[in-house]
Amino acid sequence: MYTKKVMQHFRKPHNYGKIRKPDGIGKVGNIVCGDVMWLYIKVGKDKKGEEILEDVKFETFGCVAAIATSSVVTNLARGKTLNEATDINKNEVVKHLGGLPPIKIHCSILAADALAEAIYNYLSKNKRPISTKLQKRHKRLEQERMIIEEKYKDWTKEP
Amino acid sequence: MLNKIYLDYAAATPIDPEVIKAMTPYFREGFGNSASLHSFGQEAKEVLEESRSIIATALAARPKEIIFTSSATESNNLAIKGLLLANREKSGHIITSLIEHDCVLNSIKWLEQMGIRHFAASKIPVDKYGLINPGDIEKAIRKDTVLVSIIHANNEIGTIQPIREIGKICHKKGVYFHTDAAQSFGKIPINVNSMNIDLLTASSHKMYGPKGVACLFVRKGIKIEPLFHGGGHEAGLRSSTTNTPAIVGFAKAVEICHREMEKESKRQTKLRDKLIKGVLTEIDGSYLNGHPQKRLPNNANFRFEFVEGESIVMRLDAFGIAASTASACSSPKLEPSHVLLAIGLKPQEAHGSLRLSLGKWTKEKDIDYVLKVLPQIIKKLRDISPFKH
Ligand code: FES
Repeated sequence: MYTKKVMQHFRKPHNYGKIRKPDGIGKVGNIVCGDVMWLYIKVGKDKKGEEILEDVKFETFGCVAAIATSSVVTNLARGKTLNEATDINKNEVVKHLGGLPPIKIHCSILAADALAEAIYNYLSKNKRPISTKLQKRHKRLEQERMIIEEKYKDWTKEP
Repeated sequence: MLNKIYLDYAAATPIDPEVIKAMTPYFREGFGNSASLHSFGQEAKEVLEESRSIIATALAARPKEIIFTSSATESNNLAIKGLLLANREKSGHIITSLIEHDCVLNSIKWLEQMGIRHFAASKIPVDKYGLINPGDIEKAIRKDTVLVSIIHANNEIGTIQPIREIGKICHKKGVYFHTDAAQSFGKIPINVNSMNIDLLTASSHKMYGPKGVACLFVRKGIKIEPLFHGGGHEAGLRSSTTNTPAIVGFAKAVEICHREMEKESKRQTKLRDKLIKGVLTEIDGSYLNGHPQKRLPNNANFRFEFVEGESIVMRLDAFGIAASTASACSSPKLEPSHVLLAIGLKPQEAHGSLRLSLGKWTKEKDIDYVLKVLPQIIKKLRDISPFKH
C-alpha cells in the first residue's frame, strides 16, 4: 500500500523533534481522522541577505503517511526563502514520496499546511506584511486547530 | 533472516496440516457434486453429511440444524435477514448491541433501508469492559421483538458475553436468540442447549480451517427465508453447489480444536496474561481494552497514549511482528472503531489501539520478543509525537 520511499521516511524520519526558541510554530490538526502536526522554524539569512528557513523540525501524532509527509516537508523547506516555502504544496510532497494511497492524500495536505502556519506565525509575530492568500489559509486552519485543540486538551499541558 | 511472528490469528489463521490432508482427496478423487446420483456424487454426499454431524456434535446440535455457508458474514446475514423476512407479516423488532461485527450492523441497516414492514432495531450499550448487562436486554424486549442477536466474543477486544443468561431471558420472553460465535467457536466450549441458543454463526478460517466456509446453526422448528434461491441445497436454505473439500476441512478443524481446546486455552491464556502484564508494566500510558478475565484466551488489546495505531502496526511489521489496529487512520472511512467508542473511549484514545491475537503456534519466546520490541517502538513514536508528558 505504501511506496518504498514512504516507508523509508516513516522508519527513519528526518528532522523530528522541537527547535529551542523557534521563530515560528505551525500547529495543525486533521478534523477527520484526528491527527496532529506541529512544525517549528528557525529563520536566517542567505548570502544575498534574503530570509530563508535555516532549520525546520516537526512533531507528528499520526499515521505512517502523516509521519512520512512531515519528514519530506521539512526536508523540502530547509534552505528555501519564506515565499518559496509557502508555495510548497501537497503535490510536491506526494511526488517526493513516489505517490500516496488516495485515502492518505489528506495527510500530505496537513504537512504543507503546518509549514504555511509556521511561516504565518513568524510573519505576524514580527508585524510583517502577509499576503491575502496566506491570511485566508490561516483563517481556515485556525478554525480547524481550535476543534483539534479542544479534542486534545487533556493531553496538552501549557508550559 | 528476520524471524516472522504472526499475532493476528483473530483475522486469519494458517490451515492445520492435518486439515489439508483431510481435504486433499476431495479435490481430485472425491470431487463429485453432492447432488448427483452416481457414485461420485454419493461419495461427496456421504462425506458432507459426516462433516455436518461432526460440527453438530461439537455444538451439541443435531446434524439437520447445521447449514453450510461461505463465511461468517453470510451466516450472520442469513440469520438476521432470513429470520426477520420469515416473520415480516407479524412483527419485526430486533435487539442487538453496539459492539457487533459490521456484517450484523450493516444487515440491520439494510433492513431499515428496505422499509421492511414492522422492522425496528434497538442497540444495547456495553460497559467499559465491553460487557452487556442481560437486564438491559430484558428491558429492551418488546411485544413485537422477534430476535436478539449478540456477539459471543468480540472480535476486537475479546470480551465474552454472558450468553447463557441472555439466552435464558430470550426464551422466557419467547424471543429467538442468535449469537455470532465466529471468534469463540473452537476456543471456548459452546453448547447450544445449555446456553439457550437458537441460531449460531461459526467460521472455519478462524480455527485453522480453510477460508470460504462457515455454518449457521438453526434450531429445529425455526423458520428462516433463504438469501440464495436455486437448486435447493442445504434443505432449500442455501442453494449453491456444495464446497465439499472446504466443508471436510472445516469439520476436521472443528475436531482438532475440540480435541486440543483444554490444553490450548490454558496455554494461550498464560501467554496472553504474560503479554498483558508485560506491556502494562513496561510501557507508561498503556491500557488494556476489554475485560481482564472475561476475554478470549488468545486476545490482547491495548491502547497507548500519544501515538497512532497504524504507525505502531507498521513499525512492528518492520520487526517481523504482524498485529492489527482499529485506529481511524487505518479504517476505510477514517473513523475510529465503533467497538472502542462503545466502551467509552474518546476518539483520540481509540487512535492508539493495538490488537495482538495469539494462536496455537505462538510460542513463549514470541511473546518475549514482543515485550522487548514494543516498548522501543512506542518510545520512538512518542519522540516523534507532539504529545508527551
Ligand atoms: S493523518 Fe490520519 S490518516 Fe494519515
